[in-house]
Amino acid sequence: MATLVLPRFRSRSALPGFGLSFAFTLFYLSAVVLIPLAALIIRPWELGFDGFWREITQPRVLAALRLSFGASAIAALINSVFGLIVAWVLVRYRFPGKRIIDALVDLPFALPTAVAGIALSALYAGNGWIGGPLSHAGIKIAYTPYGVMVALVFIGLPFVVRTLQPVLADLSRDAEEAAATLGATRMQTFRRVILPSLAPTLLTGTAMAFARAVGEYGSVIFIAGNLPMVSEITPLLIIIKLQEYDYAGAAAIGVVMLAVSFFFLFALNALQAYVSSRR
Amino acid sequence: MKPIIRPRSATDDHPLTKIVLSTIAIVFIALFLFMPLLTVFSEALARGWQMARDALIEPDALAAIRLTLIVAAIAVPLNVVFGLAASWCIAKFDFKGKNFLITLIDLPFSVSPVVSGLVYVLIFGLQGWMGQWLRDNDIKIIFALPGIVLATVFVTFPFVARELIPLMTDQGRDEEEAAVSLGASGFSTFLRVTLPNIKWALLYGVLLCNARAMGEFGAVSVVSGHIRGLTNTMPLHVEVLYNDYQYVGAFAVASVLALLALATLGIKSLLEWRFADEIAAGHHH
Repeated sequence: MATLVLPRFRSRSALPGFGLSFAFTLFYLSAVVLIPLAALIIRPWELGFDGFWREITQPRVLAALRLSFGASAIAALINSVFGLIVAWVLVRYRFPGKRIIDALVDLPFALPTAVAGIALSALYAGNGWIGGPLSHAGIKIAYTPYGVMVALVFIGLPFVVRTLQPVLADLSRDAEEAAATLGATRMQTFRRVILPSLAPTLLTGTAMAFARAVGEYGSVIFIAGNLPMVSEITPLLIIIKLQEYDYAGAAAIGVVMLAVSFFFLFALNALQAYVSSRR
Repeated sequence: MKPIIRPRSATDDHPLTKIVLSTIAIVFIALFLFMPLLTVFSEALARGWQMARDALIEPDALAAIRLTLIVAAIAVPLNVVFGLAASWCIAKFDFKGKNFLITLIDLPFSVSPVVSGLVYVLIFGLQGWMGQWLRDNDIKIIFALPGIVLATVFVTFPFVARELIPLMTDQGRDEEEAAVSLGASGFSTFLRVTLPNIKWALLYGVLLCNARAMGEFGAVSVVSGHIRGLTNTMPLHVEVLYNDYQYVGAFAVASVLALLALATLGIKSLLEWRFADEIAAGHHH
């Protein structure tokens, strides 16, 4: 019998169970993730393009988008600086209690966001441990856009530290040694040798922190104060629209946020491919 | 004998730099991570143990704890079955579009929690695609247990799969092929060869999946409706109490969740330290 040679979807294997596991994977993925996301993407277009545009350019929506992106960008920037210092200290130095600090870095991943939210809110409120002294100095954090920033720094930190740590640990010290023997100061070595080789990874971690911050809800809403046009974040606006049964309006904002997520997913994949091609 | 003071090598930072950077790192971690954690417990116990205990055993709190356990007990096993199926077909077989499939599996991590809840409201909500039909047939999904489970499954979707896929890909398929060629059935190969190889990574994935399932707030908040004693999970109960100015109660329930988080971190660190090679070392979130 002549064998028919067709381009195959999968190559041969002696192991059983591909059909079943692949079919279940696709079914479950579609049912839980893909079809619901498709439902979101389709929904706002019942308003037509003009209606969609009107929804997302309302002053209140624009103010929320500005706050979400602005506060996330500043928080990511703060995290890129302090995250680099924390990662550096954890990888390069030895000091008592280091393991506890290292484990604590994962806290924002593990602590439920609502718990983080009320804790930060109590801490930075006018009568809180940090908020109290600051309010004497005339600085208000809780219930202002600065409060939003504090919450976003909290949830973004582990992304920067955990992305940097393995790369920093693998970083060869030969180049640093060479720079030192050629007379470079430690600062010059850091700026000219270490930082350039860390830059793509630092950028990856910072972008991850930013992407997470834009969509964050639980840790922010308690400390934000949620004043329309001032300290109201975009995800909260979706919830408000839903409570008013304005599904199309909520979906329109949701689509904008989803588009941002997709953009970051794509950009981060490209960035990581670039980083691993250089290593 | 080892010299007590090691001469500083060319790649060591100046001692002063070390002190300054370590101080910055420790102060930053203390301000942003440690103090919020401390606040949770100190606020919970602000009026003594008795008040905190009472807040935990009142009926609405118990209902919230029960609902949280039920939701996790459904969502986590579902994602374990999915994680095993997905990692089996992705790691043990070669097919076109594999990388794209992996990207799709990771997708829920990059979606805002609120959007994760929103998608189900748009399908099952009163004005959703199936809203009218569900109402006619008296089926409740949104503002009820099924909606909360769905939203939780969505946000915890990738946890198990993303721990298993890189590990099983690294392990290859030689051992399974040997078992099958010796006459073992597919199922017993999986049970006796694959599962022992991945058990710690599986536990690691389940641990993270469970922590998120019990602690999820945004997605669940959208689909729950906040009905006290009925559709409030623990994080939602925290919110309701906090907005009611019942701070001791809110922080008492929050401290249970914080203890869960600390236990998760403890076991996670233990697994990473003890079984580093068996849970795809260096693989973080």
